[in-house]
Amino acid sequence: MQGLFSHWRATRTYFCYTIGNRRFFICDLTFLLRSLWTFSRRPSNVPPMIRYSLKRLLSLILSLAVASLVIFFVIEIAPGDPASFMLGINAQPDTVAALRIELGLDQSKFARYADWVGGMVQGDFGTSYTYRTPVAGMISDRLWVSLPLALYALILSTLIAFPAGIYAASRRGKTGDMAVMGATQLGVAVPNFWFAMMLVLIFAINLRWFNAGGFAGWDKGLLAGLHSLTLPAISLALPQAAILARVMRSALLDILGEDFMRTARAKGLSRRQALWRHGLRNAMIPVLTIIGLQFSFLLAGAIIIEQVFYLPGLGRLVFQAISARDLIVVESVVMLLVFAVITVNFLVDLAYAAVDPRLRNRT
Amino acid sequence: MSLKSLILAASSALALTAGAAVAKDSIIVAMQLEPPHLDPTSAAAGAIDSVLYSNVFEGLTRFMGDGSVVPGLAKSWEISDDGLTYTFNLQAGVTFHDGTTLDAGDVKFSLDRARAEDSTNAQKALFADISEVTVVDPQTVKITLAEPNGSFLFNLAWGDAVIVAPESIDNIKTNPIGTGAFKFANWVQGDRIDLEKNADYWGTPAILNSATFKFISDPTAAFSSVMAEDVDAFIGFPAPENIPQFEADPRFQVLVGSTEGETILSINNKQAPFDNVLVRQAVAHAIDRQSIIDGAMFGYGTPIGSHFAPHNPAYVDLTGNSAYDPEKAKALLAEAGLADGFATTLHLPPPSYARRGGEIVAAQLAQVGIKAEIINVEWAQWLETVFRGKNFGLTIISHTEPMDIGIYARPEYYFQYDNKGFQELMADLNGTTDPDKRVTLMQQAQTILSEDYVNGYLFQLAQLSVAKAGVQGLWTNAPTQAADLTAVSWAD
Repeated sequence: MQGLFSHWRATRTYFCYTIGNRRFFICDLTFLLRSLWTFSRRPSNVPPMIRYSLKRLLSLILSLAVASLVIFFVIEIAPGDPASFMLGINAQPDTVAALRIELGLDQSKFARYADWVGGMVQGDFGTSYTYRTPVAGMISDRLWVSLPLALYALILSTLIAFPAGIYAASRRGKTGDMAVMGATQLGVAVPNFWFAMMLVLIFAINLRWFNAGGFAGWDKGLLAGLHSLTLPAISLALPQAAILARVMRSALLDILGEDFMRTARAKGLSRRQALWRHGLRNAMIPVLTIIGLQFSFLLAGAIIIEQVFYLPGLGRLVFQAISARDLIVVESVVMLLVFAVITVNFLVDLAYAAVDPRLRNRT
Repeated sequence: MSLKSLILAASSALALTAGAAVAKDSIIVAMQLEPPHLDPTSAAAGAIDSVLYSNVFEGLTRFMGDGSVVPGLAKSWEISDDGLTYTFNLQAGVTFHDGTTLDAGDVKFSLDRARAEDSTNAQKALFADISEVTVVDPQTVKITLAEPNGSFLFNLAWGDAVIVAPESIDNIKTNPIGTGAFKFANWVQGDRIDLEKNADYWGTPAILNSATFKFISDPTAAFSSVMAEDVDAFIGFPAPENIPQFEADPRFQVLVGSTEGETILSINNKQAPFDNVLVRQAVAHAIDRQSIIDGAMFGYGTPIGSHFAPHNPAYVDLTGNSAYDPEKAKALLAEAGLADGFATTLHLPPPSYARRGGEIVAAQLAQVGIKAEIINVEWAQWLETVFRGKNFGLTIISHTEPMDIGIYARPEYYFQYDNKGFQELMADLNGTTDPDKRVTLMQQAQTILSEDYVNGYLFQLAQLSVAKAGVQGLWTNAPTQAADLTAVSWAD
């Protein structure tokens, strides 16, 4: 640690320069990257696990930096100007110019990039061009809908997929297996918004058990909130459940052919007992991987479902922001999702290394 | 608890909530678009006016549902003989929702802010003729114009000319403070805006105690929300194909009215070969308006032959000038030296009138030999490429601003129509205050546009609204984009 600090002092002045008003950030980030780099290359007294973690952390930060660059400049290249969009077709050119100044759009792209990244590091995502409220607040409001919805859908999909997958695996080749496989084939093929429309038709318009859409708000109580998320969660969950059930089934079938399963059977366990005690645990690795992937898909990919059920979630925010060219909102939401995915990967990498020491010495 | 008592409890809870829902002093109104923010004086978004016009914000004058302009916050006014000075007497006892009093200073502030150098008012041109706003006394304000302006009182009725207060201007985008019969209560972004009755309203108070606006952009979701009775009214219903179903259902009423939206096939008048009037005339004759209205709008819409709304008293029916006649169109193209036709582009923004209408227009143009390549664009792209870049041949768009024939006097406007005669006529119209003379001038203007075949004039956009049978007092027409709820109530 001592070395780290003296290293900071040596490099600090060297790397301090100003872009926008984010002087210290640039300096600290550059410093951090340098120290991580040198530190992770130092072979001597640093334990391999720490060194491995630092390397992963360095790659995490670099990935985020590259992602932020790509996201910012790709979105900025798209044709369309938020100020013209706001003011419509009767506005005079000087009015548009005045609004561009008010929004800070007259500054150079690089200054805005530095401002954006610098702000994000401090938890400030900037101010929306159209809504004129802090982006961070907007995103967190929307996450209160999108996150529970994703979790709800994931739980439903697991609750459907596990029994279905296990049942199909245990009756391989029989009618039950065929039925489950047929149903999942359909579930994979049919898009979730079609389920959504059918559910609305049956449960909202005909039976009146649910509202056709909208979100009651958590302030109306947990049940009211969950009630309004039920149809969207089911329509999101069905295709995911179909995928998950198929993965579950094939993972179990793979395991059933393993030596240790034969040993378990030889020990005197029935086929079903062996499946439950030994098969299921081992089949969980691919299944959990898929669940992890599905969660990030559900969080980011509910755009259409949020439109169909007019839910005030993250997907709808992005949708509105893109059409209004509210670039800073789009950039920040995308960045947040990238951050979530990269961080989860980072944690998974660390978890693998913790479990499997051989990984620590690999680069 | 036995199963039976559980069901009993559940059903009584349901009955209770149902009872609360039919208490007839609130309404849930759905619209397609959500306002980006809540300041009607600094954005073009019609959704802002839809929620706030007349409900929360008021101007010196205001539009009624039939399009007439009546006194608003100004109870009366005198116009000097030269037409240059307007003296407005304000209503007494008007307070803003934050309790501050409305006085002439607020009027001066609002108008000066709208016409300032750094103003971000989307309709700044409305205020261009004002040379000075003076406070005479707290109840009287004098506005001096640089030139006479026959539509000045009309201009002041726009949502962009509402009166705001300097005390609350900093937060207007999230917390609008007006003088209207409703006050702003809450905004859950992406979901809804709540208004509640203003108990201290200076005029006829609202009948409803509260109102909620919901934003449902997807046409299918719009249909379900009305069918499931989640919303009480849908203003500007986006799916005309569903309207017959609502008409047949006794639970609902359908309001079919008109808007200020002239839906036109805009032509780039500076781009060859459209700089030749014969070619524009050929385009006009190649188009069958009724089949576009039937095919794209399911029959809702009124054919127009110039850039003017049919419900306006000064309207002249000029559709005969450009009647559907493909043979004549071909002959005109031949006369212009384009007997083999030509290729061009057709940019289509997202609304269904453009996307659906565009397919039909392209097919009709193809029949006379004009190959229009369809390019679907988002609004932001449309503004960039077509509107600002003027890089297009044809496009379809509805011009929704009221009385906007004046755009043809702006040669730099995206369709680039440059006619000195027309520009002088418009200057004349602006300076004329005599109503009869104005009508004559407006009719002349319509005729010039029609005979110059500036654009392909398709139809006047219809305003479709669906409401529960018991809702009364909604606007049928949309003289400006507003969902005025101040007179809305439930029938017993």
